[in-house]
Amino acid sequence: MWSRRQGRLSTLACGVEELRCRRREREAALRKARREQQLVSKRLLREDAPEEAGGQSAAVLLGEAEVQQFLRLAQRGTDEKEREKALVSLRRGLQHPETQQTFIRLEGSMRTLVGLLTSNRALLQLEAARCLHELSHSEQSAVAEACLPATSYLLTYLSGHSSEFIELCLYTLGNLIVESEAVRKQLLPQGIVPALVACIQSPHVAVLEALGYALSQLLQSKEAPEKIIPENLGFGYFLAVFERSHWYLCGSCSQPTSAGSSLLDSSLLQHMLRLMQPGPKLNLGVAVEFAWCLHYIICSQVNNAMLLSHGALPTLAMLLLDMAGAAQRMDDAGLELQLACPVFRCLSNLLTEVPVEAMGEQMELRDERIVAALFILLQFFLQKQPTLLSEGLWLLNNLTANSPTLCTSLLSLDLIEPLLQLLPLSNVISVLVLTVLCNIVEKGPAYCQRLWPGPLLSCLLNTLVLSDIEVVGQSLELLQLLFLYQPEAAQAFLQQSGLQALERHQEETQLRDRILALQQTAIHG
Amino acid sequence: MLLPTALYSRLAGAPGAAEPLPVERNPAAGAAPFLFTPRLVRFPRDHEFFEDGDVQRHLYLQDMLTQVSETPEKSMVPEFTCQVAGCCQVFAALEDYQHHYHMSHGNTCSLCSRAFPSGHLLDVHILEWHDSLFQILAQRQDMYQCLVEGCPEKFRTSQDRKDHMVRLHLYPADFRFDKPKTNRGPAMPAAADPPARALKDDSDAMEICSEPAAPPPCRRTYSHRIPSTVCFGQGAARGFKSTKKRNKHP
Repeated sequence: MWSRRQGRLSTLACGVEELRCRRREREAALRKARREQQLVSKRLLREDAPEEAGGQSAAVLLGEAEVQQFLRLAQRGTDEKEREKALVSLRRGLQHPETQQTFIRLEGSMRTLVGLLTSNRALLQLEAARCLHELSHSEQSAVAEACLPATSYLLTYLSGHSSEFIELCLYTLGNLIVESEAVRKQLLPQGIVPALVACIQSPHVAVLEALGYALSQLLQSKEAPEKIIPENLGFGYFLAVFERSHWYLCGSCSQPTSAGSSLLDSSLLQHMLRLMQPGPKLNLGVAVEFAWCLHYIICSQVNNAMLLSHGALPTLAMLLLDMAGAAQRMDDAGLELQLACPVFRCLSNLLTEVPVEAMGEQMELRDERIVAALFILLQFFLQKQPTLLSEGLWLLNNLTANSPTLCTSLLSLDLIEPLLQLLPLSNVISVLVLTVLCNIVEKGPAYCQRLWPGPLLSCLLNTLVLSDIEVVGQSLELLQLLFLYQPEAAQAFLQQSGLQALERHQEETQLRDRILALQQTAIHG
Repeated sequence: MLLPTALYSRLAGAPGAAEPLPVERNPAAGAAPFLFTPRLVRFPRDHEFFEDGDVQRHLYLQDMLTQVSETPEKSMVPEFTCQVAGCCQVFAALEDYQHHYHMSHGNTCSLCSRAFPSGHLLDVHILEWHDSLFQILAQRQDMYQCLVEGCPEKFRTSQDRKDHMVRLHLYPADFRFDKPKTNRGPAMPAAADPPARALKDDSDAMEICSEPAAPPPCRRTYSHRIPSTVCFGQGAARGFKSTKKRNKHP
């Protein structure tokens, strides 16, 4: 959808600076919303259209009489074209919040609209679906909830074949999903998850992207980790829906009935991973949506063992390599950036679920190309999206913590210096870089020797000048390990006024003991 | 950040793991007052570490959804009529025609010409309306399957099924794809217009109603079975195949 519609982006009347300013405002609003845990909200999903956009898509305020008239014309008009035009006019009106209110207050209006949605006149169906879509967007609960009578049909149509219509139904459902838990409490028993799963075999990219979006909204909802992911879908899902008295039915069936078997047992998971496989068929817009879905599933920790057995790690690792290759080649890589964030998170969190004994079996996680790819991506983000650096470094930590193989790769591929270049960027990044360095150094003298001589010591002396306790603390940890395995480093430390650097922080309670210990080691060896 | 040039060719090279350097730890490493042990870190989804990434994701969604709401451009063509026998709808845009074809002719019962939004509903229809074996079995066991995808429940009568769908699946009582079978027999050769007998055009409120009593305005005399040569990629009409033909030759 991204590539298809990019060409249609209307040029706004405002200039570049104004655009940047608006983007900063939007970011600030989103940041605030996230801190208040309100990020998944309708209000923030669609940016208010700027007034100067004008033209055809301007929202028109319609009065009750006009709404009634358009509905009547659409429903009973004799001329096909007139009926269609009436619906188009209604749709334009429904972009206006007041018209929406008028519409829902009108008796029988939704009934008529649903009737048109389920009629056999294709164009009327499409326009009725668009009207519903407009209504589903509304921030006002009453308006969005007025769409509920249509949901059983929207879900039914997901099993059809008309891709444009399905796409529209999916985005409408996506909006309704976000509306409230109450709405989801209707959509879930109506079978939204199986209906979504049915769509995943569609060959149409636009449908898949819309599906991924709707699903990601469902998985991101507040109750998803406790309720939707564990108890949903397949047999387990309907178990949860049934009344207690129906339990006897479940006992007599051969299907597995354990909770946690549902969403993740279904073919959905395998399809999701399939859609994220790198290769000529990979569609970035689609992969982005499913990567986010995967992220929410992994975070819920419902059944990560199953994800691992389905080969999620190799898929993600290969995707990482693929993205790095693409980052090298392309200038414009908006979608690569969008994909990188959820992929980092999925890989990184999933790594924490691999039992220690099994780590060695994951060939992809020892392949040195993975660190090569990660660094290429980090450099890419440095230019395009510095906010992603910390997540990339977090992944690097998880990759290297228990992996002598990858620590060795970092050394043999000469990646220490580039890593050190990231130190000054921010406190968070400093701590992460220092942690990765600790991962390497703690593995013993063979590793430290490869770092000596080198820029490491002077970088550490620089970090000691900072005031952030965490940064300094991590530097102290690194120094201790370095002194232990590479005694010459202690010598050089003394010569380069290391003790004075330490003294700055002597009074700090959290650092005092370690500073004392280091001073001792440096002086006495 | 300056990367070594060899890195790019390494990425493009063959898979391979480095031979790890020998690990040799000193027990004093990370000993008190020091704290460090290498460990993997897991962040829950609402952690503030994820704030930046989540904000970027949302910005992307905002842009995406704004575009979704825009009226799509259509590929306009000179007006043409749907070529399916008996259908006289006219179109000027390919997307509209494609939608029409899928909805009105895609999953059509060749026996009674009713159109359904999905193959699944068509299958259920053929089974429940045109399969005599079904009728026989239904007298002895639960045959009416729940229409909600993924629900395995079956019922003795279509009314029981409807009750289940309303009560458990919160479906509307007048769900239009769950109409009880009418008394009308199998499709007659010189039958009515498919559009009139397909998904009923809903000028009235959605009632569960039988077919209109009055004969439709125009009658045709040719069969409304969609010829097998017409195929739009998916879903030509399907029907319950009669076994009579096979016994023709002794």
